Amino acid sequence: MKNHIISIRDFTRREIDYLLEKAGAFDTRSYDRHALDDKLIALLFFEPSTRTRMSFETAMARLGGKSISVDSVEASSIVKGETLADTIRVVSGYADAIVLRHPKEGAARLASEFASVPVINAGDGAGQHPSQTLLDLYTIRQSMPLDGINVGMLGDLRYGRTAHSLAHALSLYGAALHTIAPPGLELPANILHDLRDRGMEVIQHEDVSDVINELDVLYVTRIQRERFPDSASFYNVTSSYRITPELLGGVQEHLLILHPLPRSGEIDAAVDRLPYARYFEQSKNGVPVRMALLHEVMQ
Amino acid sequence: MTEESQPIRGLLISPIRSGTVIDHITAGEALNVLKILGITGSTTESISVATNVASHRMGRKDIVKIENRELRKEEVDRIALIAPQAKINIIREYRVFEKKGVEIPKILRGVVRCPNPGCITNTNEPVESTFEVLDKGLHCLYCDWWIKTDIASHII
Repeated sequence: MKNHIISIRDFTRREIDYLLEKAGAFDTRSYDRHALDDKLIALLFFEPSTRTRMSFETAMARLGGKSISVDSVEASSIVKGETLADTIRVVSGYADAIVLRHPKEGAARLASEFASVPVINAGDGAGQHPSQTLLDLYTIRQSMPLDGINVGMLGDLRYGRTAHSLAHALSLYGAALHTIAPPGLELPANILHDLRDRGMEVIQHEDVSDVINELDVLYVTRIQRERFPDSASFYNVTSSYRITPELLGGVQEHLLILHPLPRSGEIDAAVDRLPYARYFEQSKNGVPVRMALLHEVMQ
Repeated sequence: MTEESQPIRGLLISPIRSGTVIDHITAGEALNVLKILGITGSTTESISVATNVASHRMGRKDIVKIENRELRKEEVDRIALIAPQAKINIIREYRVFEKKGVEIPKILRGVVRCPNPGCITNTNEPVESTFEVLDKGLHCLYCDWWIKTDIASHII
């Protein structure tokens, strides 16, 4: 298995299945609560994060280990001009593993080259966020096998890194991808070609209602205000890409609606009460999945 | 037919005593080859350039002759990106001392700049850009971006 967890692209289907199984074993009451006693992780977050950071801390604590972190980038030596490479070499001397979030794409790959301990990528700019992808897959797999499912992706598919990584992983399972994105926020052409080269069926739709009744999974991503020139065009777009109870009248009984969170109006609060809504469970699944990753790299 | 009216055959540039002749460059790429080699009007080498000359093998080709400079392997590798059929002839005392083809390496380090402004290789970190060379183009091993067209403009 891998020493570092950098990109979902580094993993075979077999390795992903193995990690999901492992996460399942930590998602019970009978796991070893002292598995990582005496181990220490360093959380290096050079970008804001609430749930990723907290769930890594939670995962470490549940396995008996401890976490150290810097409170803010402003307080760190980065403002003194230290390179990430140097920071990583220094922190490698303190901790048994490093969890890194950084605004630059490829930062985690670079860190893994300079670290003497395992590095887990917790998001690098618009690049990869492998623990998110694994928890997305884990949540789907709790309800259905991943093979050959119909997955709809709705929202900002251009900048949404979680959507790109998940689509890549699903291509390993023969899933079909249905994309629904506002003009200008469609899946980038290179990613579309890459998925099709891998044999994935990718169908682009203009309106979610065209396809929603066929879906097994609907993955909704946040549409950010700053992608639009003004409030009016943002409002127009978000109102036509909003999931409401009315839209869900004819969907499959087992439909899962997922969202990496935080959401900002893409899913009506009234949907939360419907059996399709699994985004809070998905968020909670971040803990066993990250327990599996931490245990894997430090055991 | 008188001697004056005969068409001039052969190349119009003379042999060099020592240095490098790059032959069979993809037609039209000679100036990009010079750019890759860092040769501008202000450098000291004597350079001869022939573009779009007839070639049995290629139809048309470019040739570059550089006096008193023998190309190193890293330089040759860079040329391979835009002129994969190029042949490098190292000349000493008017004779071909060594003849070699160019080979596109599987991994390019520090040769092309990643077009992604957000890529970690475009910062002050102590790391070289690293691309794997695939049929579809060049793939950045740090940020997953691709260079599929106009590779010459990305060469460092």
